[in-house]
Amino acid sequence: MTRLSAAFSKDHPALVTFITAGDGDTAANLDALVAGGADVIELGMPFTDPMADGPAIQEANIRSLGAGTTTADIFAIAAAFRARHPDTPLVLMGYANPMTIRGGEWFASECNKAGVDGVICVDIPPEEDAELGPLLRSAGIDLIRLATPTTDKARLPAVLDGASGFLYYVSVAGITGLQQAAQTSIDEAVARLKAYTDLPVAVGFGVRTPEQATNIARVADGVVVGSALVELVAQHGSNAAGTLQDYVASLKHAIVAARKA
Amino acid sequence: MTIADPTPNSFRNQPDENGHFGQFGGRYVAETLMPLVLDLERHYRLAKTDPAFQAQFDDLLEHYVGRPSPLYYAERLTEEVRKTAPEGKGAQIWFKRDELNHTGAHKINNCIGQILLAMRMGKTRIIAETGAGQHGVATATVCARFGLPCFIYMGAKDVERQQPNVFRMKLLGAEVIPVTSGANTLKDAMNEALRDWVANVHDTFYIIGTAAGPHPYPELVRDFQSVIGKEARAQMLSRTGRLPDMLVAAIGGGSNAIGLFHPFLDDKDVAMLGIEAAGHGLEKEHAASLAGGRPGILHGNKTYLLQDEDGQIAEAHSISAGLDYPGIGPEHSWLKEIGRVRYDSVTDVEALNAFQLLCRTEGIIPALEPAHAIAAVEREAKKMDRDQIILANLCGRGDKDIFTVAEALGTAI
Ligand SMILES: Cc1ncc(COP(=O)(O)O)c(C=O)c1O
Repeated sequence: MTRLSAAFSKDHPALVTFITAGDGDTAANLDALVAGGADVIELGMPFTDPMADGPAIQEANIRSLGAGTTTADIFAIAAAFRARHPDTPLVLMGYANPMTIRGGEWFASECNKAGVDGVICVDIPPEEDAELGPLLRSAGIDLIRLATPTTDKARLPAVLDGASGFLYYVSVAGITGLQQAAQTSIDEAVARLKAYTDLPVAVGFGVRTPEQATNIARVADGVVVGSALVELVAQHGSNAAGTLQDYVASLKHAIVAARKA
Repeated sequence: MTIADPTPNSFRNQPDENGHFGQFGGRYVAETLMPLVLDLERHYRLAKTDPAFQAQFDDLLEHYVGRPSPLYYAERLTEEVRKTAPEGKGAQIWFKRDELNHTGAHKINNCIGQILLAMRMGKTRIIAETGAGQHGVATATVCARFGLPCFIYMGAKDVERQQPNVFRMKLLGAEVIPVTSGANTLKDAMNEALRDWVANVHDTFYIIGTAAGPHPYPELVRDFQSVIGKEARAQMLSRTGRLPDMLVAAIGGGSNAIGLFHPFLDDKDVAMLGIEAAGHGLEKEHAASLAGGRPGILHGNKTYLLQDEDGQIAEAHSISAGLDYPGIGPEHSWLKEIGRVRYDSVTDVEALNAFQLLCRTEGIIPALEPAHAIAAVEREAKKMDRDQIILANLCGRGDKDIFTVAEALGTAI
């Protein structure tokens, strides 16, 4: 069983937490996410042109790149995380150019060496899978696909073809951190997706509060929280770990409680 | 002679069905946008073969834009260049006068095509990005003409340096949204337009201003701009009975250049030269993606980009805001790799000199973008024989640039 499938086989839905690599004290923040109860870690690879992100993550990207973060730094952060946390799955999330610039083979092999479990690439849709998909899959790295409110029935098979790890449902047509989806639309979408796939379905974009997490956890296999955590890093700079851990613990509590209720 | 049909050996039958020009192009967009670009492609395929669509496009180009634009022999410029050319050298210099179009540049050709497509698709809200403001003005113009609400994303830095065009867009009823993310210039405006699009997928049409972006944009922008090359080819044949020996055009994203080049691509004796902006020089800050960049993925397509070794996108620099972009349309990347088109660059200083030369010799104030092409024309014409013909795309007029030029020349106005 892979680390990712283990994380989605617990007796509660998975809490998936996102922070941007190189923004603040990343190692301490990652430890805080784990200590707070995160089941899966998404580590954002900063990019100069994050066109699917709202202001919070855009600014985190700028802070990180401004501090001089390189791709080598990100893999070093990942490898050190893997050494400290042998069981927590780590997923890199980012944009196509930094992932493909040295070739997909190089990227897949670095992911493998650093103990990365999966990759989410915002701007490589199934139509351009050849760029990264086959190389990641043959290196044993899950390529996590995204489904959105605009992904209709006709398209869903293409999205699922080659998907592994979990399916990320982007609950709003929009960018990260701004609007939130109506719960009924999330319920419907998750039910629809689950009719087509056995992969775990995690829901993200616009999820900020324990209340939202509870509602989503009632129907989905995972809840993804990003911008709310990135904002805490922005507020607390290099001393964000304590606040992050507390907030993640409150989200985790909400998720575990959802299935008991 | 008529334009040859694209054959299997043609340079004119790109892209493939997935929008690839060789290894370039494609559809590198977020999943939310993927169904939209597929839908756009379906509608464009139907429009392309619909005589009514073509007829409406042609009618607007004739009566609203003022096409065909003249093909002009620049006699005094030719003579001026010959003065410093080797014995017997100095090709005849001709211009395709797209600066005479309504709104003063080639940008309007594409905007007419895209707004007709938007209305055909039932879209009711238009967005666009702009750098210099020329594409923003052209988009605001067609939105006013057809009564659609218009939102223009423009880097805060460009809003500052292009005030006259900002005011024009507002007069035309558009809302100009200054973009303060990233570096506050054109690429950031494009990011912000993509963010708007992804959040307003149901009613919004994104009018991209150059032959770049996810498939089918590079193809459809090229097709709409190809009116330039089709006219020029027919005009040259009827005026001189022959084809030009060389075509020259400036390249920001590459729409005026591909519009001129594409109809000639299978004319094997016609050489082509695309001119990128070398800014302060290729060793310093510039906007020459082909000369100084590497293939990468940005704004929906794979193409040459200015970037660092980690794939972080670099800032471009050019005195010409319309060329100040760190990428280039994917078809140019392909044409460079297969060697059909040659690409070179011209610095800020060389463009400023050419700008002044054209003012004085021909009584035409060009935009700074085609001033780059004119500088290259001077260079190339001197190497060519006197009976040869070099044709450049005069794709915009310089009204928008007089403040920038005055400042560069140290003149207060
Ligand atoms: C007059 C003019 N020429 C050229 C350009 C560059 O664009 P493209 O390379 O797409 O023709 C611009 C862009 O603003 C422009 O205004």
